[in-house]
Amino acid sequence: MRPFTYSRAQSPTEAAALAAQINGSQFIAGGTNLLDLMKLNIETPTHLIDVNGLALDRIEATPEGGLRVGALVRNTDLAADPRIRKDYAVLSRALLAGASGQLRNVATTAGNLLQRTRCPYFYDTNQACNKRQPGSGCSAIGGFSRPLGIIGVSEACIATHPSDMAVAMRLLDAQVETVRPDGSTRSIPIADLHRLPGNTPNIETTLGAHELITAVTLPAPLGGTHIYQKVRDRASYAFALISVAAVIQNDGSGRIALGGVAHKPWRNESAEAAMSQGAKAVTAQLLAGATPTDQNAFKLTLVERTLASVMAQARTHA
Amino acid sequence: MDAREQKPISRRTFLIIGAVTATAIALPPFICAQASAANAARPVLSKLSIEVNGELHDMDLDTRTTLLDALREHLQLTGTKKGCDHGQCGACTVIADGRRINSCLTLAVMHQGSKITTIEGLGSPEKLHPMQAAFIKHDGYQCGYCTPGQICSAVAVLEEIRQGIPSHASPSLTEPPRLIASELQERMSGNICRCGAYSNIIEAITDVAQASA
Repeated sequence: MRPFTYSRAQSPTEAAALAAQINGSQFIAGGTNLLDLMKLNIETPTHLIDVNGLALDRIEATPEGGLRVGALVRNTDLAADPRIRKDYAVLSRALLAGASGQLRNVATTAGNLLQRTRCPYFYDTNQACNKRQPGSGCSAIGGFSRPLGIIGVSEACIATHPSDMAVAMRLLDAQVETVRPDGSTRSIPIADLHRLPGNTPNIETTLGAHELITAVTLPAPLGGTHIYQKVRDRASYAFALISVAAVIQNDGSGRIALGGVAHKPWRNESAEAAMSQGAKAVTAQLLAGATPTDQNAFKLTLVERTLASVMAQARTHA
Repeated sequence: MDAREQKPISRRTFLIIGAVTATAIALPPFICAQASAANAARPVLSKLSIEVNGELHDMDLDTRTTLLDALREHLQLTGTKKGCDHGQCGACTVIADGRRINSCLTLAVMHQGSKITTIEGLGSPEKLHPMQAAFIKHDGYQCGYCTPGQICSAVAVLEEIRQGIPSHASPSLTEPPRLIASELQERMSGNICRCGAYSNIIEAITDVAQASA
């Protein structure tokens, strides 16, 4: 790990402004992903701005009937919040399907959204990776690609976004609130937060330089049956091969989002119109244009079958 | 003064003293851009006080020091183990401000004012914590390397269930979680046991849970 200086921020605006002043600075909250990557010299900040002291750890009701989740709310607390469990169960389930108890106790809402890919070639500094070292190539393409992306991928990168939480938040159409170094704030639809890899897989989000996430706002509850079905190589503490987040109403209509297939949580609202025609029809639209490798083409079938299972579960709850 | 400084000078201590002499850094709470750029290439020291097992320690640590290394290398509390050092094995699990965490994936300097409980703080050979006694009774280990992390995790797991925190294995999000094997297995999945003592570990935890129920 490279040496770095360290300071604690007193306010979100101060944190963002300080980040803009100091070259090579990064925010640290839970740190469970950042420190992991710093130990491998994949992340090399020269200054860490500890944002844990900012009072962004509350979950508050919004005037619109939703909830505003502070950026520093820990994954455990978000999953266990009675309002989330009752009205946003898909989010609670997604959180509980991710990581371990130890990690969820520390990992934050904003940090979870901004975690880096777990592509093995991103982690292996002996391998080419356009995300880690732009222009170096992609060893994953033609390499061990079984866990990697099947849609929205590019010639430069086939990495996936590893978060479960983000998939549920995309399903719920959450808004990501931020503050910039000049003190201005904005709200970004979560659909627009994560980028597809394109030719610049190193640029993963639409956040500006030193822009700090302060909260994630959930719209009013959707009702319906909430399901998060994650398929992985072991029963616990593993990243998804694929996951299906769903909120399905009694009439069979609903929303579907996928994890483990793309560089961002994957949702296509027009595919949801096909829900009355069954999982095959929805999957065909949702994954139209997919370009899997030989090793991960199984994910197409896995999505369809998992979605069929999810829709069957919803019918039994209806 | 921490225990490290009472020992004959080690290579590590020598290097740290050298770094302090060379750069004379006393980290201010707010750092200007120039200071950061100048300091970045050299080790940076930061002061912190941290309560470990009820005892307050003032330390002056390289900012890169993880909580795990602070415990093991600076406070000589070597009960907490370093396995993968990447948050994948759980051997380094300690309880920080009432919650189990991977001490390898957090910086010591982020724990200014925290209260940490390690395996040494849970019990002693003369007065075992009930979870330690249950691990012995049920043979919940073979080599023992993961055991301190398993025990710290298990103690916190029972508290999480008591608080009603749900898990992936909970059939309902609205009813309190139950003390059953599937719940314990899921909640303990962040602690890997290479010897495979899992079934005995679950029996030990179940025993403690039933005794305290």
